[in-house]
Amino acid sequence: MSKSRRLSYEGVAVAVPVTVPYVRYSTHTAHWFIGQALAALVKESGIPKNEIDGLCLSSFSLVPDTAVGVTQHLGLSPRWLDHVPTGGASGVMCLRRAARAVQSGDADVVACVAADTNHVDSFRQTLGAFSNFSRDATYPYGSGGPNSIFAFITANYMRTYGARREDFGRIAVDQRTNALANPNALFKKALTLDEYMAARPISDPIHLFDCVMPCAGAEAFLVMSEEKARDLGLPHVVIRGAIERHNAFAEDPVMVQGGWRMDRGDLYAQAGIQPKDVDFIQTYDDYPVIVMMQFEDLGFCEKGEGPAFVREHGLTYAGSFPNNTSGGQLSVGQAGAAGGFLGMTETIRQLTDQAGQRAVKDAELGLVCGFGMVTYDRCLCTGAVILGRSE
Amino acid sequence: MTMPLMRPKRKNPVLRTQQMNLPPAQRGRVALGITAAAAEGRFELQQCEDCGTVQYPPREACHKCLSARLRWRAQSGEGELCALTTLHHSNDLFFRERLPWRLGLVKLDAGPTLVVHLHGEVGEAPARVRVGARLDRAGQAVLIGFPNEGSPHMADDKMLREMTSDPKFRKVLVTDGKTPVGQALVRALVQAGADIVWVGHAEPWKKTGGLEDITALPQVTLVPLDLTNGRSVSELAGEIGGKVDIVINNAEVHRTFGIGSRRGTDVAKAEMDINYFGLLRLAQEFGPALKGRSADGVTSATAWVNLLSVYALSNFPPHGTFSASKAAAYSLAQCLRAEMRPAGIRVINVFPGPIDDEWNQHMPPPKLAPAGLASAIVKALRDGVEDVYPGDVAQEWLERWRDNPKVLERELAAGG
Repeated sequence: MSKSRRLSYEGVAVAVPVTVPYVRYSTHTAHWFIGQALAALVKESGIPKNEIDGLCLSSFSLVPDTAVGVTQHLGLSPRWLDHVPTGGASGVMCLRRAARAVQSGDADVVACVAADTNHVDSFRQTLGAFSNFSRDATYPYGSGGPNSIFAFITANYMRTYGARREDFGRIAVDQRTNALANPNALFKKALTLDEYMAARPISDPIHLFDCVMPCAGAEAFLVMSEEKARDLGLPHVVIRGAIERHNAFAEDPVMVQGGWRMDRGDLYAQAGIQPKDVDFIQTYDDYPVIVMMQFEDLGFCEKGEGPAFVREHGLTYAGSFPNNTSGGQLSVGQAGAAGGFLGMTETIRQLTDQAGQRAVKDAELGLVCGFGMVTYDRCLCTGAVILGRSE
Repeated sequence: MTMPLMRPKRKNPVLRTQQMNLPPAQRGRVALGITAAAAEGRFELQQCEDCGTVQYPPREACHKCLSARLRWRAQSGEGELCALTTLHHSNDLFFRERLPWRLGLVKLDAGPTLVVHLHGEVGEAPARVRVGARLDRAGQAVLIGFPNEGSPHMADDKMLREMTSDPKFRKVLVTDGKTPVGQALVRALVQAGADIVWVGHAEPWKKTGGLEDITALPQVTLVPLDLTNGRSVSELAGEIGGKVDIVINNAEVHRTFGIGSRRGTDVAKAEMDINYFGLLRLAQEFGPALKGRSADGVTSATAWVNLLSVYALSNFPPHGTFSASKAAAYSLAQCLRAEMRPAGIRVINVFPGPIDDEWNQHMPPPKLAPAGLASAIVKALRDGVEDVYPGDVAQEWLERWRDNPKVLERELAAGG
C-alpha cells in the first residue's frame, strides 16, 4: 500500500443532513425533490439561498436537464457547479469534489444534493437506456436489470467462498431492524430470517429481500469550512480520508472484489487509523453480496471470510459491528441517486447526535462507502470516506 | 437432455391469439456488427488489429491499446460458464411472457466475459460451453451458451426455438411445386417434420413431372396459386393465410437473355411479373396474416423465405433481365424484412448461384443441385439466419463482391 501523499481534507466541515421524505411513487419531477432538499438546507442552516455558491448534484431522472438547468429552475447563481453521474458512489464523490472546492476557495458553501423521482414506469424506462453496453449487451438478455448481473456475482461468490443465503439474510434482517428506528424508512415491518428465506425468487439466487425498492426522494448536505460551520453554530463532522476508483479489477471474469481494495491502504493512511478503529460502517447495499464484499475489501476481514464475519457479528446499530444504521436502501428504499447519499446523511446524523433511537453508542468514526453504475457486468465506481466527530 | 417437442394441441378458436411483444431491439451502430455476422450464421467479435485483444461488448476503440483498428473476427465461442441465473422476473414484456428464463455469464477462452442466453442442456457452473450468435425475435443478434455436446433434440429447447424458425410441426406454403427446386423443398420440409405443406401450382392443366410423387406425401396439399394473378393470391390467402407459419416463395421465371439478344419486353415483363410483382402480391396478401400470428405458441408464424439469386448482387449479362428482376426482388425483400421485423417474422433471403436446372443448361459446373438448395433453406430456418448464399459459386461471387464490387462487375462483363 502506497503512503498517501495527497492533500488532506483538513479544515472542511460536512453539515446539515437533510432528507426529503421518500415515497414509493411520485408524480413530481426530480426538480421538485431537489427544490425541497435545497429549501430544507436553507431552513436548517439559516444560510440564505444566495449564499450557497456551490452546487454538486446527482440525479438520474433529471434528464434532459443537468445541474445547469437546475440553477435556472431554482434561481441559483453558484460560482462552482458539478454534476456527478456516479449513482451509488455519488455521495462520496460529491463530497470529495465539494471539499476540494471549499479548500481551494472556489466556493464557500457547497450544497450536495441527490434526488430522483419515481413514476410508475420510471424504473423500466431507466433500465433500457442506462448505458450503451446495457442497451447492447445486457438488456436484450432477459431485461432483468441489475438483478440478473448481481445474481451472477452472488452465485459465483457463493460457489467460490461457500456463502449461503442465510448469510446474506443476516445482513437484510439486521438492516430491517435498523430501519424500524428510522421514521423515513419505507419498510415498517420487521423481517425475520424465515421470511427472508421464504421470499419469492427474482433471479436465482437473488430473492425478493435481496433487492432494493425503487422510490422517490432526496438526500442532501452542506460542505463548508470548519470555521464557517463553527461561526454559524452548525453541528458538523470532518473528513478524515476519502478514496475513489473506477473500473477496478477489469480482468476479473466475474466481480469478486471492488475498487475499495485497491485504495484502502491510502484511505486508512490518510485517516491515520486502522479498520478496527471504525465505529460503524454504511456500506452500499444494492445487494447483500456487495455489503459482504465491502467488509472484505475495506479490511474488516480477509477475502472469502465475509460469510463467517457476518455470522460472528451483530450488524444492527446496537450490535458489535453496526452496518447501515438507517436501514440502508434494502429497508429504507432506493430513491435513485439519493441511495448514494443515504450513508452520508446517516453518518453525519450519527456523528452529530441526530440519530435518535438508532444512535451508535460513543461513535467517533464512521465509514461511508459508495458503489455505482452497472454499465455491463459489474459496478464501475467505488468510493469510501471516513468521517469523524469535529473536535 | 432436451425433451422432444410434442405436437401441440389444436388451438381453441375462441381464445384470443397472443400478440407479439418483441425483445429489446435497440442496439448501437457498433454492436450491429454482431448482428451482421449472425445474420449469416457466424459468431464474430471485435479483435484489435494492433494488439490482438478480443473485446466485448463492442466498442469504438481497443480497450487495451486504444487502437481504432478493430476487425470483426470469427470466434470459436469456446469458454467457461462462470455463473448462471434463472430469471423469475423481467421488466420486458417479451421475457415476462416466457419466464422462467436462463442466463449465463461466460468467460470466453479468447478473453472477454459475455452475458448469454443459456441453452437448457447447459448444467450448473462451472461448465465448458460453446457460445454462438443467433438472431432473436427482434431480428437482432444475441449470444447463446450451448452445451459442448448437444442431444438429438437440442433444437427443441424452448429458448432456442424462439430464436429459430424450425419447420418441425409448422405449416408451410411453397409457392411453386412444379419445379425441381419446389419439389426438393417439399421433400426436405416433410423430412424436417413440417405439419402441413401447401404446394402452389399455377396452370393446373399443364402436367409436369414429379408433382404426383410429392402429392402422394400425406403432409402435402396442392393449392392453386398463380403469382401473376392478384385474385388467385388473394383467394388462397383467404383460405390458408391465417394458418401458414412459413412462406417459401420459390416461384420464378428464368430466361437467359441480355438486352441485345431479344427484341421487345415481353419476356422481361414475364420475369418481373413473377419474380418482382409476384413477391409483392404475395407479401400484400400473406404478410399481414403472418404478422398477426407471430407469437402464437411453439408453432407460431415465424418466417418468410425468398428464393433470389446471387445475380441480384451484380448483373450477370448473359442472364441480364433475369438478374435485373432478381435485383428488384432483393430490394423489395429488404423492404419486406423491415416491415415484418416489428412483428417478429424473419425474412430469409436466399442467393443461390446457378441451379442445376434447364435454364442453366449452358452453365458449366459446379451447379447447385435442387436438393442441396432445399437443404440449405431448411438449415437456414433451423439456424435462424436471414441471408444465405448456398453453394460454392454463390460463396465465391459473394467473396468477390465484398472484396470489390467494381472489379466483379468487370469480370462478369467479361463472362464470369
